[in-house]
Order: sequence, then structure tokens, then C-alpha cells
Amino acid sequence: MSPNPVVSLQGVTKSYGPKRGVMDLDLEVGEGELLAVLGPNGAGKTTSVEIMEGYRRPDRGTVRVLGLDPVRDRRRCIPQLGIMLQEGGVYPSLSVGEAVRLFAAYFRNPVPPGELLELVGLSDRERSRYRTLSGGERQRLSLALALVGRPRLLFLDEPTAGMDPRARLLTWEAVREQRRRGVTVLLTTHSMEEAERLADRVAIINQGRLVALDTPSALIGAGGGGVVELETIEALSAEGRARLSALASVERSREVAPGRYLLRTATPPQALVEIASLLRDEGPPVLRLQVGGGSLEEVFLELTGGTD
Amino acid sequence: MNGTRLVAPWPRSLRAQLRVELLLLLRQPENLLVILVLPILLLALFAGARIFPAGAGRPADFLIPGVITVALMSTGMVTLGISTAYQRYYRVLKRLGGSPLPTFVLVLAKAGAVLLVEIGQVALLLVIGRLFFGWSGAVLGAIPLMLLGSVCFAGLGLTLAGALRAELTLGGANGLYLLFLVVGGVVLPIDHLPSWLQPVAGALPPALLSSSLRAALGSSAIAGSTVLLLAVWTVALAAAASLLFRWE
Repeated sequence: MSPNPVVSLQGVTKSYGPKRGVMDLDLEVGEGELLAVLGPNGAGKTTSVEIMEGYRRPDRGTVRVLGLDPVRDRRRCIPQLGIMLQEGGVYPSLSVGEAVRLFAAYFRNPVPPGELLELVGLSDRERSRYRTLSGGERQRLSLALALVGRPRLLFLDEPTAGMDPRARLLTWEAVREQRRRGVTVLLTTHSMEEAERLADRVAIINQGRLVALDTPSALIGAGGGGVVELETIEALSAEGRARLSALASVERSREVAPGRYLLRTATPPQALVEIASLLRDEGPPVLRLQVGGGSLEEVFLELTGGTD
Repeated sequence: MNGTRLVAPWPRSLRAQLRVELLLLLRQPENLLVILVLPILLLALFAGARIFPAGAGRPADFLIPGVITVALMSTGMVTLGISTAYQRYYRVLKRLGGSPLPTFVLVLAKAGAVLLVEIGQVALLLVIGRLFFGWSGAVLGAIPLMLLGSVCFAGLGLTLAGALRAELTLGGANGLYLLFLVVGGVVLPIDHLPSWLQPVAGALPPALLSSSLRAALGSSAIAGSTVLLLAVWTVALAAAASLLFRWE
């Protein structure tokens, strides 16, 4: 990738017991790129981010952030990072304005507090105590605190979790604005929509491993192969699922929920025909059968969800 | 790239951090209760109690060193301990660890805020003692002892905060506070306690501090062994606090 990646992980492993942590993670984030890390709960998203932020030292592997070791060179690294934790991080009895002014005092050349509150849409809440804010307002204050030092690299851990749609749009716009200014952004999310709308590239993590890394459109599978989505009125029997997987055009199939199936194929049109004829002869009525060309959600579910 | 040039000069962040720490200590009504109201209330209530031996000087001579000890416990052990534990619980300490604020500035700011509050407490108690209870004494000589006691109780509060979860720190600090009010020789002379308890109570920090403060403020000889034992407690608790400290 780029000659001087802003973030580079090589063979990074960190385990907390058998099923937690990350395994052999290789990842690079280029200057000015917005990378979304997508994965279900407990997949290792926060662990990965906290390793890059220097909160955790990996058991194995190399971590470079802005060319530095984020644990050993913490004093030189941290001032260039903007960190938004998944939750908390602010004294509950401080007001919004007091919290922003406090963090501004840590930097030589901070963004003026008024401008910052404008950016995250909290100007009218300046005098409110943190404990009186809604979940979405707390997240936006946390974003403001991450931005106050004009970071080169921004870490956002589930920045829009629990936000109403309006706050989410506002936050997306604030993140895009950082991206336009050339800030490198790494964000974690559950939301496919968020990843699709914001990210230059998407990394999908499942059970601590990187299972896909590409642009949203490449992952959705523009062109040849793709994902076919099938919904039936009731779940297929085990035998029915086996016959589905055995179809010539189907490479892999997964039941992501009872009655909902994702099938990977190199030839979507042929797969549609084969599936339709299989289910015409036997099995429950079909609610939906389509080529999943439109949504990252399907890719995500295909890679991380359900059982075969 | 080296990011250290992006960081504010430390006196600026210290000023801002000190201001916020002071605000946080004084903004909570429950803190004000334990920092200000309780020591004054204890002084006023016990000054009229008939538990002091006749001819042993005014009750205030016994009580002023006692309530100063209480005041230092209130701020260092209870308020600092509990607020630090909750700052960890709310991930404030974790977030500060991910900011350019140097650790020594955070420590200085917390120590400074506690010290300023304590100076205010002691001054207020001394003025009230003099105006309403006819107290007088040698304050200057007692200042080093007050500083030692202050570090000792702050160390105890931070040890609790480091060792226990926030809810347990809250319970533990308040429990110890109550216990120390009874066995600390602060408002109740130690010789009123059961005889088996007296040697134990006498070796704990509150009794060590209150009895040596009593000697210092009354211009009589301070027992060197008492101060030495208090110093040992202080060093041990400060070491435990710094060993047990966790950012998250």
C-alpha cells in the first residue's frame, strides 16, 4: 500500500482467554484514509483499536502508529491522536463547556471551544452538566474532545451507537469534514450503512481475525461473482439446506437466521435459476430471492454470521 | 513525527486541571457535607459534652486537634478516595491517559486541590475555635504535622481506590471514616474505649495524628515515637497507593 502508512499492524495477537482478543492481525491505514472496522460484538474491534491507541500491548506482532510504537513512544504519539472511547471519559459533574475548555488547555494550538461545539451541534448545551446529557449528546461531546487537539489520526470507537438519526447524520458530516481536511480516521461500527457511507475501505473482523479488507464496492462484489439472498416463509430443513449447498453454482451457503440464507456464487444468474427450480419442486414458499448487489450488510453477514 | 511540540506548556494545563479538580471537590453537596459541615458540627456538639475530665483544660483544647484530624480524613481519605475511584469507573482516568496531559501534572493538580481545600478547612476551624470556644494555640509548629497527616490520609484514600471497585471504595471509605471517628481519639478520648482496644486504636493514623497535633498546638513535648509511627504509615500508604493505582 502507501509507502508510509499512518497505522501498520503486523501479525498482531492479543488474547484474553480462548475466544477473546485478536489473532494475527495485519492491517495498514494510509494517510488521509477512512477505514471502518466492522464486526459483531466481541469480534475484537475494540481490542484492535486499543492496541493502536497504545492502551494495550500486544502479546505478539508489531504496531506502528505515525511511525512510532504507541506504547513505548506514548508521549510523542498521543498528542497527534484524537481518541473517542466507546463510552464515558468525562467527569459527570462538569459542564460541556468546562470539559471542552479543560481538554483545550492540554494543547498548544487547540480548536477554539466555541467552534468545536458548533461542529458537533452542542452549542446550546454548553452549560449543561455531562450527567444530564442524552447518550447521543455524550457521544458528540466525546467526539469534540477527540478533535480539540487537531489530531492527525482519529480513533472513533462506535461513534454513533445509540444516536437518533439526526444526531447520526450530524456526526457523519463532522467525520467527513475531518476526512476532507486530510485527517486519517479509523472507526469501528456495527452499522453497515455507516461503513458504506463513510469508509474508503472496510475491514471485517470476526472472532479476532481479519476476514475481509477492501473498498465497500469491491466487497459488495460489483461485476462477476456475488451474493444471493434467499428468504423463505419458514426455515429450510437440514436436508433442504444440504441440497441448496450442493447446487452446482453455489460455492457456499449460510443460514444467517431461520428462513434467511446468503449464498456465495461466481454466477449469480445461474444460481437464481437453480435455487428457484429447487424450491419450486420442494420446500417452503419463497418470500424473496435476489442478487445482493446493493448492501454491505449481506457481505458482512456472509462473512461473519450464522452457521453453515 | 514528534508530537510533544503540540502539547501546551505544563503550567497552563496544570492551572486548568487544578481549577477543575477544585471545582469537582466542592461542587458535590455530599462532599461539602463531609468536608465542611461534619467537622464543624462535631466541634459544636462535643464542646458541650460532659465527657472530658475536669481541670484538663478547655474541651476545645482537646477538640480542635481532633476535628482538624477529621477534616483531613474527610478530604484526603473520603473525598479524594471516592472521587478517584469513580473517575476510573466513568473512564475519566482512561481518557486522560489518552490525552497529552502529563501524569505528574494530574498528580500535582489533585494534590494541590486537596491541599487548598484543607488549608481552608483548618483556617475555618481555627477561627471558629477562637471566636466561639475560647481556643488558642501554637499553629505554626503544627503545620508540618498537618502536612504529614494530609499525605497519610490521601495515601489511604488512594489505596482504597486502587484496591477496590468504585462502590466498594465508597462503602469502605465511609466505613473507615465512621470507625475512625470513634477510635481516632478525635472527639472521644481514647481512654474512654475498652482497654483491649486502646493499644490498637492508639497505633492507627487518626489517633497518632490527633494526639501529636494536640501536643504541638498546646506547645507541649511531642512524643517522637508517635510521629515516627505516623511517618511509617504515611510512607507505607503512599507506596501502596502508587503501586495499586490503575488508569482503568
